[in-house]
Amino acid sequence: MAHIPDGVLSPAVLAGGGILAAGGLAAALRHLDEARIARTAILAAVFFAASLIVVPVGPSSVHLLLGALMGLVIGTATFPAVLIALVLQAVLFGFGGLTTLGVNTFNIALPGVLFGLLAHGYVGRAQAPAAMLAAGAAAAAAVAGTAGLVALALILSSADFVQPAKVLGLTYLPLMLAEALITGFAVGFLKRVKPEIFLASARPVAA
Amino acid sequence: MSVHALAVRAATIGGPLARLDPRSRVLAAVALVVTIATLHRLDVLLCAVAGAGALALVSGQPLRALGHRLLHLEGFMAALLLLLPFTMPGAPLLTLGPIAASEAGVLRSLDIVLTVNGCALVVFALLAALDPVHLGQACARLGVPQRLVQTFLLTVRYGAVFRAEIRRLTESMRVRGFAPGTNRHTFRTYGNLAGMVLVRSLERAERVDEAMRCRGYSGRLPIGHAGRFGRADLLFGFAVLAAACALVGADRLL
Repeated sequence: MAHIPDGVLSPAVLAGGGILAAGGLAAALRHLDEARIARTAILAAVFFAASLIVVPVGPSSVHLLLGALMGLVIGTATFPAVLIALVLQAVLFGFGGLTTLGVNTFNIALPGVLFGLLAHGYVGRAQAPAAMLAAGAAAAAAVAGTAGLVALALILSSADFVQPAKVLGLTYLPLMLAEALITGFAVGFLKRVKPEIFLASARPVAA
Repeated sequence: MSVHALAVRAATIGGPLARLDPRSRVLAAVALVVTIATLHRLDVLLCAVAGAGALALVSGQPLRALGHRLLHLEGFMAALLLLLPFTMPGAPLLTLGPIAASEAGVLRSLDIVLTVNGCALVVFALLAALDPVHLGQACARLGVPQRLVQTFLLTVRYGAVFRAEIRRLTESMRVRGFAPGTNRHTFRTYGNLAGMVLVRSLERAERVDEAMRCRGYSGRLPIGHAGRFGRADLLFGFAVLAAACALVGADRLL
């Protein structure tokens, strides 16, 4: 539900989201030198492909966003990665929209980058169980952040959206649970198999 | 779908829109979506949706694909649309026990349904069948930063690779008796899956990067371009402009 379609938000919110996303993109692209283009593109491809995994949570099911895991592994390059994935989803599948690309990119990428980078140092240093907990907490916080930003975009667009935005916020709870657990286990796996991913020197794009 | 499969699909769908320069399709899609998003009168919106629907028919894509897209959109917006009539104040139109659907809320919901579907029809008609490689090239020629387009093109190529990779892994999980449910085992399995694909992708990224360097990559690749701006584009551009002006005019002046 993080993909707001065209025709719902007000022009001011669309413009604001566009400017904020452009800021994040500009900061990321400055660091995206030639050595990192292949890495960013391939990880963007992975996260685009991973969004196709459907995880059952109780009676509902969720598609993964994995924003915090992206923030942990590729840092600020999450901004271009999310934008590219959203363009492909909008064009190939009709999820989201064109005018909302900025808002949607910002809503998904910012919490992921923020909580991913916050947890990065600790996840790199800590032993597996603590690192898994930290990554899971970062993932839950990132989903909550995305839910909050989606609700904010709706509420700022029109006062009529206040009630629906609250209900929409509740629908993020299953996603929060699934993302926290899956990100935690994924980090546990990576700590065993390829721990250097989280070392500071491997951080592809410093904040 | 692989880059090749996407290109083949774009080429076989054909139709009159395939003759246009990809840049015209991108610009027209943005212009029409912005136009439809600014409309407020329901009758004008209905005309816009009809026009966008006609464009989708002309695009020559299978209608099943369109139905699938629109259905997904409706499921998505359900929370918003079902709540608005009951949460917006106004004269009641329909009363269900203690709750009443206000006229203003119903009209607002209709407005959103028409706008969202109109925009989705435009994107489907103009961009869904466009080869993503051509889309990237068109964006580069329209001024999108080269590095972003380069990343986009590589993502299109490797997106297919990792979709296939994930499909292969989930199939091998299924034949070994994995049935997803809400339990610790499922979350751990999906976590391992995500971790495994990440490890493989990082190794792949290193190989691709080395291969690019071996071939003299120093931060720039030719992006190339498809299509030329011709008379058909000029005509199409005027038609889009006229339609947009007519819709906005009718919305504001009538």
